[in-house]
Formats: sequence, C-alpha cells, structure tokens
Amino acid sequence: MATNQEEVSLLGVIGSPFVCRVQIALKLKGIEYKLLQENLANKSELLLKYNPVHKKVPVFVHNEKPISESLVIVEYIDETWKENPILPSHPYQRSVARFWSKFIDDKVVSAAWKAVFTVDEKEREKNTEESWEALRFLENEIKDNKYFGGDEIGLIDIAAVFIAFWIPIFQEVGGLGLFTSDKFPKLYKWSQELINHPVIKEVLPPRDPILAFFKARYESLAASK
Amino acid sequence: MKSEVKLLGAWPSPFVTRVRIALNMKSVEYEFLEERLESKSQLLLQSNPIYQKIPVLIHRDKPLSESLIIVQYVDDVWSSHSPILPSDPYDRAIARFWAAYIDEKWYPTMRSIRGAEGIEEKKRLIEEVKKGLGLLEEVFKNSSKGKGFYGGDQLGMLDIALGGFLGWLRVTEIANGVKLLDQGNTPELVKWAQRFCEHDAVKHVMPDTGKLIEFAKTLKR
Repeated sequence: MATNQEEVSLLGVIGSPFVCRVQIALKLKGIEYKLLQENLANKSELLLKYNPVHKKVPVFVHNEKPISESLVIVEYIDETWKENPILPSHPYQRSVARFWSKFIDDKVVSAAWKAVFTVDEKEREKNTEESWEALRFLENEIKDNKYFGGDEIGLIDIAAVFIAFWIPIFQEVGGLGLFTSDKFPKLYKWSQELINHPVIKEVLPPRDPILAFFKARYESLAASK
Repeated sequence: MKSEVKLLGAWPSPFVTRVRIALNMKSVEYEFLEERLESKSQLLLQSNPIYQKIPVLIHRDKPLSESLIIVQYVDDVWSSHSPILPSDPYDRAIARFWAAYIDEKWYPTMRSIRGAEGIEEKKRLIEEVKKGLGLLEEVFKNSSKGKGFYGGDQLGMLDIALGGFLGWLRVTEIANGVKLLDQGNTPELVKWAQRFCEHDAVKHVMPDTGKLIEFAKTLKR
C-alpha cells in the first residue's frame, strides 16, 4: 500500500498497451494513483518536462520523480511495493522474464503494427511473417502453463497483454489471420485466460472505442494510397 | 569452477565486452569460447536459438542472452561485492532507462554512420550521436555525484553500457575525422573515457582501436 502521503501519478492515454502495462502493475499491488490523460496531438508541458528524451507515454511519477519506458516502470513498481511480486525471485528466472519481455517489444510489437498499418503490401506480408515467427517462439515458451508467470501472472504476461488484447483488434481491423487459435493454440488459450484475469479485466480499456480508433487509422492510411 | 561459467563471444563485440567487464568486476572465472563470425557454432545456435547472437552466458548449463540482461544476472548472482546496479529503486530505474536509450537510440545511430549515403546524411547522424553524448554527459554529472564513474567510485550499469562502445566510438571518430567526445561538448565524458579504459576490469578486454579498424575493413557493408 502507498504509505505516508505518497504521490503517485501516471501520464498516459487510454488505449495504449504500454500505459496498460503500468496500470496492471499498479492494480496488482493495490496502489492508488492519479491518471493524467494526455492528448498526444497536443502534449502537455508536464509530459515534455518529465520525458524530454522520448516525449512519450507512459510516464510514471512517484513523489515528483518521473520514470519513463513501460518495462522500466514495471520493474520499479515491483521493487518499491513488495506485495504480489511481478518478477520471479530467482535470478535466472528473473533474467528469463526480462528476456521474453524485451523480445515482445523488439520482435512482436513493431512487426504486428506494420503487418496491418503499412500502405505497401509487400511490407505488410513481410511483417506478418515476422510476427508469426515471433509468436511461434512464444507458443513454444508458454507450453501448458496457465500464464508465462506460472499460476499467477508475471512480467511476461504483463508485457504480452499487447498480444492478448491489441493484436486481435488489429486483426479485426485488417490483419489477415495474425493470431488465430489454429496457428497458435497454446498462446491463444493463454490469451483468453489473460483477458479474463480479474485484475486485467478491470484494467483493460473498453474494446469498441479502441477498435473504432484503429479502424479509422487504417481507413485513413488506405485512403492515402 | 571455471567450466561452470562459459561465455560465448567475440573480441570485437561491444556487447561481449560489457559482459566481460561485469564478470571481471565480480572476479568470476569463466571459459571464453570465441565464436567465428562467419560460421556460428552448434552451441551458439542451441543456446540462443531466437537471436543466434553473442554474447551468450552459460551458467551451470543454463543459457542467457542479451548483454544488459546478462550483466544484471551477473550482478544478482555474484552479489557479495562490486554492485553494478545501485541499491535505490529510483536510481536503478534511471540507470535502466539510459541503458535502454543507449541500446535503442544512441548506438543504432552511431552504427548507421558507416553505411550512410552522402556527406549530408553522415553529418546529420554525427550531430545526432554528439547530441546523445551531450545528454549522457548530463546524466554522468547527476549520477557520478562528483566521483569518477556513473556508478560513483565503482563501475555501474551505465559505465558498462556506454563504456563497452568506446572502442567502436574511437573507430568512428578516426574513420570520419571527427571528435564525438570532445572538450567542448562532453568534457566530463572525455575524462571518464580514459578512466574507464584504464580500469582493471576493463583494460584487458577493451579491444584495441587499431585492431578494430583492421577488423572493420573485413566487414561487409
């Protein structure tokens, strides 16, 4: 629990998978915070002051000290509030968790985005292949576990919420079979468990407005051809 | 004990250099298995099937890849002395943030100078690298608190993260006839670079600039 008048706030936008990661971590630990909603088309003075290097959300602020980069923030939260640990305690398992979380950022996020939101068809195909290759590694990694973290969600699950919630939205918007139960049965099963997890369910944004947002994005891209 | 820790690597790699520095700081004995870049060993392909890259640390037969993840692991396991990450969670977050910046923004820019098309593009990239070093100079001033390294008296995560690239930074300077670290822009880092390269944990594993230049000539574009 946040103690002795701690100030906790989060600069973010609804619909960002990276902001969502931080919100999941905070919810898991039962930490109360102020959500400061940003308009990314017109970034606040505060955002530019707190994250001058990247000018992006999420930015986490604890007692007026800002931290950026979602996975850095999640580790900070885990180290500061000890209940419901997110990272494993064993050094090797901890490193494995960091490895897969980074893998998701490096290999899944960008490819999945470009598989849908690129004008050039060849680029979309190339990125679809790359997404599949990356998801295959994760399919092998989840095995028959409920979560990547085992019986409870951990760092990898939090990082991978992008796969469980956002990729299916991208798929609906225009991505040809990016992530299906046929192609990735174990990962698909995991994704259903994840979005129904009591904490995650409460934190995930409402689906329809997000879908509408990305549909509009997709349509304006197609129109720009 | 020696075979308990193996490091798959290659002498020119700045990422491998990082891990070697961390292991040296902790006085860990390890077997260095030099990979030939033209043909990857079975062990490498088996222990890092996802990226098939060095460095890979194998500790008691369990493999780990990604240099900064390995460095944190080394810090966690051999924790009795020479801490690499600071103890305060906020300071740790700042170190991790800037380490990610170095890997995701700064280094890719520096690396792309080589293949840049035209003088204007090269100039632009060089300016970007220098700007990044200006940021890292400010971080140094805050982090070192008047001492010699990002980690204070001892080497820390950012010393290792940035320092591992010093060999290649010098190669880039020589190849382009520029100074990336200079008295005007980054006076503290100029001194830091020298201190870093003279450090016991670094001096025997930092690749020689001349050898790197020769090596760079053999690389395909």
